[in-house]
Amino acid sequence: MNWHALRESWSEFRESPAGLCGLFLTTLLFLAALLAPLLSPLNPYDLEQLFLENSLKVPSLLDNWAYESFMLGSDGQGRCMYSAILYGLRISLYVGVASTLLSALIGTLAGLWAGYQGGRTDTLIMRLADIQLSFPAILIALVIMSLWGQGVGKIIIAISAVNWVFYARTARASTLSEKEKDYVDAAISIGVSAPAIMLSEVLPNIMAPIIVIGTVRIANAILLEATLSFLGLGVPVTEPSLGALVNEGYRVLFSGQWWVSVFPGLALMLVVLGINQLGDRLRDILNPRLKR
Amino acid sequence: MTVNQPLLRVEGLTKHFPVQKGLLDRISFQGGRLALRSQVVHAVNGVNLVLARGETLALVGESGCGKSTLAKTIIGLHTPTAGQVYFEGQEISRLQGRARKPFRKKIQMIFQDPFSSLNPRKKVMDIIAAPMKVHGLVGKTDRQTKVYELMEKVGLHPAYANRYPHQFSGGQRQRIGIARSLASLPELIIADEPISALDVSIQAQVLNLLMAMQEEFHLTYLFVSHDLSVVKHLSNRVAVMYLGFLVEVAETEAIFLKPAHPYTRLLFAAIPTLDVLEFREGDQQEGEVPTPIDLTRGCPFHPRCGRTQALCREMRPELTSLASVSGGEHLLACHYPVRD
Ligand SMILES: Nc1ncnc2c1ncn2[C@@H]1O[C@H](COP(=O)(O)OP(=O)(O)OP(=O)(O)O)[C@@H](O)[C@H]1O
Ligand SMILES: [Mg+2]
Repeated sequence: MNWHALRESWSEFRESPAGLCGLFLTTLLFLAALLAPLLSPLNPYDLEQLFLENSLKVPSLLDNWAYESFMLGSDGQGRCMYSAILYGLRISLYVGVASTLLSALIGTLAGLWAGYQGGRTDTLIMRLADIQLSFPAILIALVIMSLWGQGVGKIIIAISAVNWVFYARTARASTLSEKEKDYVDAAISIGVSAPAIMLSEVLPNIMAPIIVIGTVRIANAILLEATLSFLGLGVPVTEPSLGALVNEGYRVLFSGQWWVSVFPGLALMLVVLGINQLGDRLRDILNPRLKR
Repeated sequence: MTVNQPLLRVEGLTKHFPVQKGLLDRISFQGGRLALRSQVVHAVNGVNLVLARGETLALVGESGCGKSTLAKTIIGLHTPTAGQVYFEGQEISRLQGRARKPFRKKIQMIFQDPFSSLNPRKKVMDIIAAPMKVHGLVGKTDRQTKVYELMEKVGLHPAYANRYPHQFSGGQRQRIGIARSLASLPELIIADEPISALDVSIQAQVLNLLMAMQEEFHLTYLFVSHDLSVVKHLSNRVAVMYLGFLVEVAETEAIFLKPAHPYTRLLFAAIPTLDVLEFREGDQQEGEVPTPIDLTRGCPFHPRCGRTQALCREMRPELTSLASVSGGEHLLACHYPVRD
């Protein structure tokens, strides 16, 4: 896509307030996650900064509008919730983005290969995808995580193992229609090898829908991670993601300390909302014409 | 290798496509038993063809008669169902990968659609350089110069080398396609209706370019077309195709002067520019255009032919040599050729 087309897409993008809100929210949250060490008053990973007398503090914002530690209260271990949320956001977004990239990579290559080769390869890969889709995603991720144990790297792989299917289907469908075009025949008759045709001729032409699916699915990956972490099967408790924070807060929710789970939950909601709005808008712009 | 060996020889080339249909459509009762019918499209049926070095053979016929399929089977985009393709005496139709590669250099194709035949994500430079790169013909450093040279030859300004295909008009895009087909210095170029998608005003220019390139690069053309005025202008010989069969092959002059197959007459009668041949009543009769799925018995043209006799319904005429006045070979597949 060249500069001109990009500018054109942007002026179209601007027309939707929802899309703009999504972009704004997403940018804001990504920045917050990136700058977490600078923004957070305390380091939630530093055990030396945890004091029991700070445990379950009421959010200070309720009486005093100031940017300070414990402005969103603290949890049972005396951890500053605001700082924990910033760091948790970091982990959630990291897992979301990394697993999306990984599943997009695997799925796109699998779909491209299936669509281009056709025949048995196609049947095999797409049957596998169909079978996998007939199980709930959470179930597959749960099984992988409970067999394998906790860990950020492991959860990224588990989520990718669930999500590659969506990219594979899209990539295959686009490949099937690209394969019919004469430029592929031209490449074959010139003598370009099949892998080279797939990667350098077809792949660039199927990227637009993949990118759209990617943005739409990031939110889904983040939610899946949150769910797993909420169930205690995701990230380790020492480095909690938003989902793990909600889980922790959930234990004290009914004894009145609502802030420990509500604030991470709200943050999670904002992330998903922002990315979804952005993704929907991107899909609207890119899909009808699939600009090239 | 003998001197008189043809550049390309096609023998009994046949390409059938399976019909993609649901299981239910294919099940039928036959003699009280369930049978699974598998239907095929008879796109190309037993085609014999010879191309001499340096000549232009035009392949004509109505839409859907299998011209593109024949072209694509020759160049190896389809594997033939039966038959052989000999290039310089070597059978190539079933060669794969490495063994095929030398012939991928020697045979090139120009496509009908100037839009889908160029990858929208590639710059002109890369499109034209691709054959050189694949076959290691020109060193990396010289490639750019070679591309500029080719671009000038086909009438494109070299300054456009870094543009993308969508920045060009249809005619210019076809010139890019022609430059690409020349880049590997091929001997045979198969052009599948290379000008039919272009504006009429551009067609003559591109046609002239093709002829100039033939002169310069000593090319042999298999030229697929349904524009007979173009064919007359360009080709040495004409092959007429009907429902996947060749029905008449002759030198251009001879076939335009004395078309012997009723279908050729019908085809030629359809061009208004040719006043020499007036279409006569009775040459054609109302009849459904047969599909290449269910091949009729006998001559493939008999349901539409005005001269059909009993033999035509029974036996398919072979392509055989007809005594020709001009001395050139005139091949015909008809039991009752038109003579007048
Ligand atoms: N890949 C394919 N699979 C199935 N059927 C095919 C395939 N390619 C061509 N056909 C069928 O084979 C027949 C011949 O098609 P082909 O494209 O060769 O005709 P054509 O003479 O080139 O027509 P046109 O002048 O419209 O280009 C048609 O009936 C077509 O539907
Ligand atoms: Mg065709």
